Amino acid sequence: MGKPKIRIATTSLAGCFGCHMSFLDIDERLLDLVEIAELDRSPLTDIKHCTDCDIAIVEGGVCNSENVHVLRELRRACKKLVSIGACAINGGIPALRNRYDLGDCLEEAFITGIGVTDPQVPGDPELPLLLDKVHPIHEVVKVDYFIPGCPPSGDTIWAVLTDLIEGREPVLPYELTHYD
Amino acid sequence: MPHFTLDGRTIPFEPGQTLMEAAMAAGVYIPHLCYHPDFEPHGSCKLCSVEVNGRICSACTFPAAENQEVISASEEVRHLRLRLTQMLFVEGNHLCPSCEASGSCELQATGYYLGMTDGHFSHFFPRREIDASHPEVLLDRDRCIFCALCVRASRDEGKNVFALSGRGIHTRLVVNSPSGKLGDTDLEATDRAAHICPVGAILVRGTAFRAPIGERKYDHRTIAQVALEEERPLVGRQHGQAED
Repeated sequence: MGKPKIRIATTSLAGCFGCHMSFLDIDERLLDLVEIAELDRSPLTDIKHCTDCDIAIVEGGVCNSENVHVLRELRRACKKLVSIGACAINGGIPALRNRYDLGDCLEEAFITGIGVTDPQVPGDPELPLLLDKVHPIHEVVKVDYFIPGCPPSGDTIWAVLTDLIEGREPVLPYELTHYD
Repeated sequence: MPHFTLDGRTIPFEPGQTLMEAAMAAGVYIPHLCYHPDFEPHGSCKLCSVEVNGRICSACTFPAAENQEVISASEEVRHLRLRLTQMLFVEGNHLCPSCEASGSCELQATGYYLGMTDGHFSHFFPRREIDASHPEVLLDRDRCIFCALCVRASRDEGKNVFALSGRGIHTRLVVNSPSGKLGDTDLEATDRAAHICPVGAILVRGTAFRAPIGERKYDHRTIAQVALEEERPLVGRQHGQAED
């Protein structure tokens, strides 16, 4: 029997999926990855709930009640939680709404905005409630590692991931460190 | 020539020089944001904190003296600077992907230099006023780190356009006009004050994104390399030393 595969979960909260696209940018190294790792909950597998896993990678900030729920579930399930990208690390572009009152944002988007027809703020109980501000994920759960960038490059993600898989403390060289 | 030791290295100094000036003249980079060799030291950002005979001091204001043992490159001092940089990030709205200054920003480059990957603290997300009233210069207070370089530059130009008002967390950058708007001051885009901002708080319009990613100021060179190349000659000039 071979060595058991490590389990990796990934999720996107309030983000644009750019970090996941960048994850795919590790290109042919994905083949090396699937030799040693198995994807758990992830947009790439469409598994909805996380089972016990070794590494969870979280993209996006925390902007609503569902984001909080998903993040806490992931934190409980994983050994190491990795915050990836500007939105997860400091709120990023979604946090640009933090300078405005939430009521004003909803009004602009659904009532008074250009091109709005049948103006009404959505109130379906299935919709997660918005938080008054977008928060970085480390303000909600403990985060073990951070990969900055918007998005970080495939090379950056690969560098951190291989360090973690091989039990090394990730250290990003200058060329791979970007906040934008 | 009198001298002190910096991380075990002998650094000569001229009487009247600060630790920062002597270190810079000797080719040793000490991280800084509010210091610039052309202006009177402000001592506010504390990024240049060093250990002098066991005490933490600001290298930009502390006078060099004989028998000083200065430590700048220790892990303890790096960590102190890292935490200070993280505080600067969380106390403003530093969202690099949406900032014109990204890639050429001294705060960002300092973060890279110190190995900063996150803000560590909870973000303040303060609400600050953006002033777009000037036809040539934009003032985005979200990114102001209160280094007062614009204040000193404008004062030296005899215009006194900028000032810091308030205290502590209520400190804000104000401008000198009856309306409080930048457009009603006599600031011109050619003024040094419009170009000295180390972050993206004061931006000259029409100049954004000229340098693509990969060709920006700090894309390949660290802030240490850039500072020693650009600021070190100014220190030498200021004190009449020959450049080497």
